[in-house]
Formats: sequence, structure tokens, C-alpha cells
Amino acid sequence: MKNIMITVMTIGLLSPIAVFAADSASLKPDALAHQVHIRSLAASCAACHGTQGNAAAGPLVSDTASTTALAGVDKNHIVTKLMAYKSGASTATVMHRHAKGLSDEEIIALADYFSQQSANPNATLKSQKLRADHAH
Amino acid sequence: MHTRRRDFLKLAGFAAAVGTTGLSFSAHAKAKIPHMGRVVVIGGGYAGATAAKYLRMWSMGAIEVVVIEPSQQFVSCPLSNLVLGGSKSIDELTFGYDMLKANHGIDWVQDQVTAIDVSAKKIQLQRGEMHYDRLIIAPGIDFIYDSLPMLQSAEAQQKIPHAWKAGWQTVNLRKQLEAMPDGGVFVMNVPAAPYRCPPGPYERAAQVAYYFKQHKPKSKVIVLDANAEIVSKKGLFTKVFNETYAGIVDYRANSMVTAVDVAAKSVTTEFDTVKADVINIIPPQRAGKPAQMAQLNNIDKRWCEVDFLSYESKLAANVHVIGDAVSAALPKSAHMATNQAKICANAIVQLMAGALPDANPVFANTCYSYVSNDSAMHVANVYRYDAAKKIMVSAEGGGVSAAPSVLEGSYATSWANNIWSDVLT
Repeated sequence: MKNIMITVMTIGLLSPIAVFAADSASLKPDALAHQVHIRSLAASCAACHGTQGNAAAGPLVSDTASTTALAGVDKNHIVTKLMAYKSGASTATVMHRHAKGLSDEEIIALADYFSQQSANPNATLKSQKLRADHAH
Repeated sequence: MHTRRRDFLKLAGFAAAVGTTGLSFSAHAKAKIPHMGRVVVIGGGYAGATAAKYLRMWSMGAIEVVVIEPSQQFVSCPLSNLVLGGSKSIDELTFGYDMLKANHGIDWVQDQVTAIDVSAKKIQLQRGEMHYDRLIIAPGIDFIYDSLPMLQSAEAQQKIPHAWKAGWQTVNLRKQLEAMPDGGVFVMNVPAAPYRCPPGPYERAAQVAYYFKQHKPKSKVIVLDANAEIVSKKGLFTKVFNETYAGIVDYRANSMVTAVDVAAKSVTTEFDTVKADVINIIPPQRAGKPAQMAQLNNIDKRWCEVDFLSYESKLAANVHVIGDAVSAALPKSAHMATNQAKICANAIVQLMAGALPDANPVFANTCYSYVSNDSAMHVANVYRYDAAKKIMVSAEGGGVSAAPSVLEGSYATSWANNIWSDVLT
């Protein structure tokens, strides 16, 4: 049992679950349903913040000009920022729209999720020449 | 097909993830290398490629995933209007599937689906057949030529491209714009909603106007919109057309295209016939052909009705439909296609483990439109499942930019780089 828990944590793909599991011998169905809920919500952020919060390197890398990587970022930092966007205490270009649409619980759970993802340097996707036989 | 030894370890993690099935970890860990079944994904666009990746990730390799896709390359529709504006080349929007396949152990078949038998759980390909436990159809769009039959042939589309699936038609349209003399007229249309990418046609008009303003300032862009008003980002596009591109863009609402004279290069609406130098007609659309083969396009004979918790078709068990083909009060955008793919993948992992899908899916949509080479504006919303209505509804806080900006142009580039990387690596 213990070995498997360690394996789960080593794999790291579902580390929030691993943490839950390490805390108690049996996993509560509510907690699992919550994890399943949060992983798909967190995955929705990937369009701007990358798979599991690992933002792709783009031509623009300064903090103000490109979207932010979230993997491994301190949980409280994420919560503070999103709560401020939600309340209007901080202004944002786009993120206030998302923050206002999330519940406080979702903001905390997302921050928890992203803080526990490991920051992986991405192999960069390279564009290529369009083939002559492409259909449309 | 095959299960690798490392999947054994992955499955231990998987059991933890879907422990609601009630099986103990030790029972799983000591079992033979398990195989939860095979999911076949038809289509390798934004929706299909994403579903394949997340099925593999979230099942920790326990679900075998096969993608059927006829094209060798992925060409992004998002940003393809910039090819028309002249600030991007099509090659910057073209990618291979190699990283996606290798990183996630996805089986890939380059072929075309010719028939789908949902009762036998079997699909027919040009080169053989394949069985599935669950099928995901991510077919994109198909064009409807009933009202514009003169545009159906390849020859006609050589002269009047739709350029609404990015690729050679996009390149063709750009070449026509480049060849057009200053003082020429470009006529394009907007089909009646719903269609792929609600703000896309207006972004296209702005991109062509941007090109004309720089290089052919006496030229005109005439936009014939079948809708009563601009469908998306209305205030913003109105301002861009009337101010930034004043004297170039001539926007006409309630102007459905009823006929096109391909040889004479003219476009007819209920009220008028407009002569043009370059024409772009975006035909009305429906769910792509594989969805039609399975007879799942039950809404207006165009779009597919699904359960928004799993994207399972309302018409066929174990068959899921995602992306632009779905009938929903959701924008048919690339970000939305990836969201639907992820909710669907998440649900399938649960269902194949004997557990229930997430009962409250929530996701975000962010969509940028470029109005010049470097300036963009957004529409962004969170959507959440309404259990009473059984549909996805907008949450609070959604909306659009106050004005286009260069900062948002850089965000839009970052969005593209991240979504491409999410879908294709």
C-alpha cells in the first residue's frame, strides 16, 4: 500500500490525489470527484497557461507581454491574485473575466492544483512547411 | 493493441484517481497489466487531438487511443486571417503530429472513415476496419452548398475560395489579394449563425482592410452579412470598421448571398448584385462528414445533440461528439473545442472505470481577434453546467475588451503558442 502511494507521488501526474491519499488510508469519493472536477477545469486554462500550467515559450517572454506559467507557483500567490481580480481590487486585461466566473472554492482548488504541478521545460513545437498534398 | 510494461505502474496511479470503483489498490497492483479498452477518435483537429492526449494522460495509459486523421499536418484556423493580412505565413501555422504521438503513445492511422456502424461498434476505413469500446467523433465542419451549388466544384473554389479551413485555400486567397490592383473591390460574406468561429469573418474583413490600407488604399472591402448585425464583438468591430478602416470597409447587414457568378465575378443578395475583383464566400456549415455517416446531426440536420456531462451523443450510446459539430449555445471556437475534448476525455476515463463523470463541468473560453498586424481584442467567458437546464451557461464576469491593443496582440500570440503546444505536444 505504502509503496503504491509513493509510486503515485513519483508519477506526479495526479499529485493532489497523492496528497489526499497520503493523508488517509482510504480515499473519500467526494474528494476524488472534486479532483476529477478540478483537473478538467484546470485543463481549460491550458490555452493560455500551457498543459498543467507549463506555459509554452513564445516570442514574447516578459511578464507583461505574455501569459504566465502557473506550474509550481505558490498557492497563496495565485489565490491572492485571482481574488483581487475577482473583487476588482486589481485590474487585469483579461483574467478578471475568468476570476469573476469562478467560485472562491474553485479559485483555491485551482491554486492548489497549479502549485503542485512540476515545472517542466517544454520541448518546443516547431512549425513546418505546408505540404503540397494537403487537402484544403 | 499493445500495453507497455510501464503502464503497470501507471495503472497503480490510475486506480487512485478513480478509486470510486471500490477496487483496492493491491488488487489492481497485482493484476495483470490491465487494459481499460479502446477509444477511437475520428479527427485530429483541435478537438480530436486534445481528446486523444488527455485520454492517455488521465487514464495513465490504461486506455488505448487510436486517432483516424486523413491529413499529415495540422493547420491552425486561429491566426489564419493574418495570412490574408500579410503578417503571417501559412507555414507558421502548420504543424506535425509527431510530438503528440510520441509523448503520449497514441496510435495514429492516416486514413479516411467511410462508414460507421454504431450498433456493431465498428468503423470502416479505406484500408480496413476497426472496433472500438467508445468512439469520439471530432469531425469539424462540412460546407452546405444547397443554396450556392455553383461554388461546390474544386474549379470554382480555385476562383472563389472559402478559406474557412486553413490551408491552400488561405494561400490562394492571399495571392488573389496580392494580385488585385489598387482601387479593386474585395467582397466577402458572413453566413447566418451558427457557423465556425463567430468573430472570424469580421476579423478577416479587418485583416484585408489592414492590408489594403498599407498597400492599396483606394481599394474596398464589402462585407455581406446574412445576419441582422455583427455576431460577435459588435461594438468593437463597428468602431474598427468605421474609424480604423473608414473609407475601406463597407459593412452591410441583412445581406444573405443568394447567388454567385463565378465567371463574371459578381455576388448577388436579395437586394443587390455586387461586382468584385476578389471574392471570398464562406458557405453555411454543418457537422463534418463522419458525424453525418453516423447520422448524429439531428439538430436542423446540421449539428449534433449531446449530453454536456460527457459529450455522448443523444442518439448513439458509446459515441461522443466534440468540437464545432456539437449543437450548443457555445461559440464554435478552438478553445471551446479543446474544452469539450477535455470534459469528454475526463468523462470517458470515469465511465470506463465504472465511475460517474464530473457532475459540474466548468470551463473558460478566451478568443482574440486581430484587427491589424499587432493589435487584438478579446471576448472571454467562463461557462458552467446548469443541472436544471442540462446545458452549459455563461457565468458572471464575461465580456469583451474596451478597445483593441498591442498588449492583447501579444497575449493573442501567447494564446496561440500555448494552445498549439497543449494540443500537439
